[in-house]
Amino acid sequence: MNIHEYQAKSLFEKFGVATPRGVAARTPAEFESALATLGHEGPIIVKSQIHAGGRGKGTFTDGFKGGVKFAKTKAEALELAGKMFNNTLVTAQTGPAGRKVQTVYFTQACDIKKEYYLAILLDRVSSRPVIVASTEGGVEIEKVAHESPEKIFKIHVDPAMGLQGYQARELAFRLGFSGDVFKNAVKLITALYQMYWATDAAMVEVNPLITTTDNQVLALDAKVSFDDNSLFRHPDIVALRDLNEEDSKEIEASKFNLSYIALDGNIACLVNGAGLAMSTMDIIKHYGGSPANFLDVGGGASKDQVQAAFKIILTDPNVKGILVNIFGGIMDCNTIAIGVVAAARDLGLKIPLVVRLEGNNVVAGKKTLAESGLKIESATTMADAAQKIVKLVA
Amino acid sequence: MAIIVNEKTKVLVQGITGEFGGRHTKLSLDYGTQIVAGVTPGKGGQFFEHGAHRVPIFNTVSDAVAATGATAAAVFVPPPFAADAILEGVDANLDLCVAITEGIPIRDMVQVKRAMLGRKTRLIGPNCPGIVTPGAGPDSSGGCRIGIAPGYIHRKGHVGVVSRSGTLTYEAVFQLTSKGLGQTTSVGIGGDPVNGTSHLDVLKMFNDDPDTWGIIMIGEIGGNAEAEAARWIKANCQKPVAGFIAGATAPAGRRMGHAGAVIGGAEDTAAAKIAIFKECGIECAVTPSDMADALLRIAQARGVKLA
Repeated sequence: MNIHEYQAKSLFEKFGVATPRGVAARTPAEFESALATLGHEGPIIVKSQIHAGGRGKGTFTDGFKGGVKFAKTKAEALELAGKMFNNTLVTAQTGPAGRKVQTVYFTQACDIKKEYYLAILLDRVSSRPVIVASTEGGVEIEKVAHESPEKIFKIHVDPAMGLQGYQARELAFRLGFSGDVFKNAVKLITALYQMYWATDAAMVEVNPLITTTDNQVLALDAKVSFDDNSLFRHPDIVALRDLNEEDSKEIEASKFNLSYIALDGNIACLVNGAGLAMSTMDIIKHYGGSPANFLDVGGGASKDQVQAAFKIILTDPNVKGILVNIFGGIMDCNTIAIGVVAAARDLGLKIPLVVRLEGNNVVAGKKTLAESGLKIESATTMADAAQKIVKLVA
Repeated sequence: MAIIVNEKTKVLVQGITGEFGGRHTKLSLDYGTQIVAGVTPGKGGQFFEHGAHRVPIFNTVSDAVAATGATAAAVFVPPPFAADAILEGVDANLDLCVAITEGIPIRDMVQVKRAMLGRKTRLIGPNCPGIVTPGAGPDSSGGCRIGIAPGYIHRKGHVGVVSRSGTLTYEAVFQLTSKGLGQTTSVGIGGDPVNGTSHLDVLKMFNDDPDTWGIIMIGEIGGNAEAEAARWIKANCQKPVAGFIAGATAPAGRRMGHAGAVIGGAEDTAAAKIAIFKECGIECAVTPSDMADALLRIAQARGVKLA
């Protein structure tokens, strides 16, 4: 689960991670009071709050450029916020549809001395948290990793012990800090790790981390995501979920415990199991088609789930055909077949439907499909199914 | 021969009284698996009954081990309590713990993995279908099935299968069986980013098993476990290996069902992994329908028998 920058910054404050002062406004009526609360006389940064990155270089659909802007005065900040609010911001990460800005975040502008990079995430190779820091901030870290890997420093944390003092010091020294800046950096790194661990974060990224002319070390930006598996023990974090940032079909799917991800093709798929669902998308592409979604109905899909899945699939206007691929290991193929027939009938399905069933009770399942009187094409293998649906949709 | 488990392996089930654990315990008993104990705290002294089977239930894993000599566990415990259940098995010095549970917090698994350092227990999973060593009976019964895989699709034979995905594993096993190619053991290592047993761990065991003549390795986007295994194969494994990577069409940054199936960097993509497979002499399945055929191709090219 992802959260907005302003929400991440508020968690930072709670854990003692230094950030520039900032106040969020969720309606235009709040702009003035937010700026008053900020209580800052100098220049202000006005920041559109959407989850996607690349906001500064983004463009709004009405032509207004920049989702993050510098304002010399409060009046200018008010004007910029007005232009961003309820406007749709398109960045390199949002896709062409962009995201509507429904919160604006005002922060005090800082006298930046230098920009750095700091992140904490899981290192899958060692199965331990890794802290990644670089003297190159404000740019894409993958680019730095590729072009100048010697500028990236990593510290692995032993989960039984937690982050040790020497590790935070080592990282701060590697970044070239000394004096007050060094002390402030060690404090920030330590607090950031505590936050990462305590909140079950998947990734905490500060890009850039900055030093200021008055020797402060501040998290200028904040990108935080959480491990979905851990949300059951963090109701306070679940409360930060912004449904406006999610695809409406994905929200609906999550209500039925279906794992759905919208894509931009025209062949919808309904599959049991994540690996099989991914490879069903792949085989559609292999035979010249284009998958409209990833949809895993799970190992024990019920008739209700199959019906819900069909409804969700059909709300996507791009969908021109459906491929159902079920390997019923333990799950009864006939249960799935009955669900498919019921859904196709109830929803008055008009587009081509290819069903590939294999496994437990497959003969009864195929019989149910054949005797339904509906135009359902049966397939034997995945390759057969993919070729059939691609041909029907073409 | 087979790897990790055989028909003599004595298995206990943690969470045997739950709906999910109970259902699959019955299927494992029907398959011929030596399910010797169940563990549900507070239900010690009761029995899990299925046909002629009467499996004693214990309050703790150590009680179950002491009374029955069980050496392996299947974990069907819900996510919030699963890490605790795994550690209980580790503390009881089990040889093997197979964690089926999906949705265990990653931080819990980071701690479990750290706590298992230097201990004898092997963990398979979590978020996996488990492990099957097919038997010689009808529908491959008489073997050992720990977890949730359908036993009947297997057949006793000489191909080793290792995979991060459940149903995709069944797909591969089914293709093999349909072509008359049996399996030594099929291992689902699970779709989580932190798991107990890696592709490489299983590959090494298949390589050392004289009964395994060929191997299918199935991976997906995210992490470098497949690449690590592929490089080891190139240097150390003479047996024919076929591979498949799911997720060629997955968008970057999205979690594709499995917690570990997400493209972060360039190394995480299916294309990158397939390129490494090819470079390491692994025959890549062009589509998921081609997994068994890919193994047949490379075996034939090298003059290796698979059955």
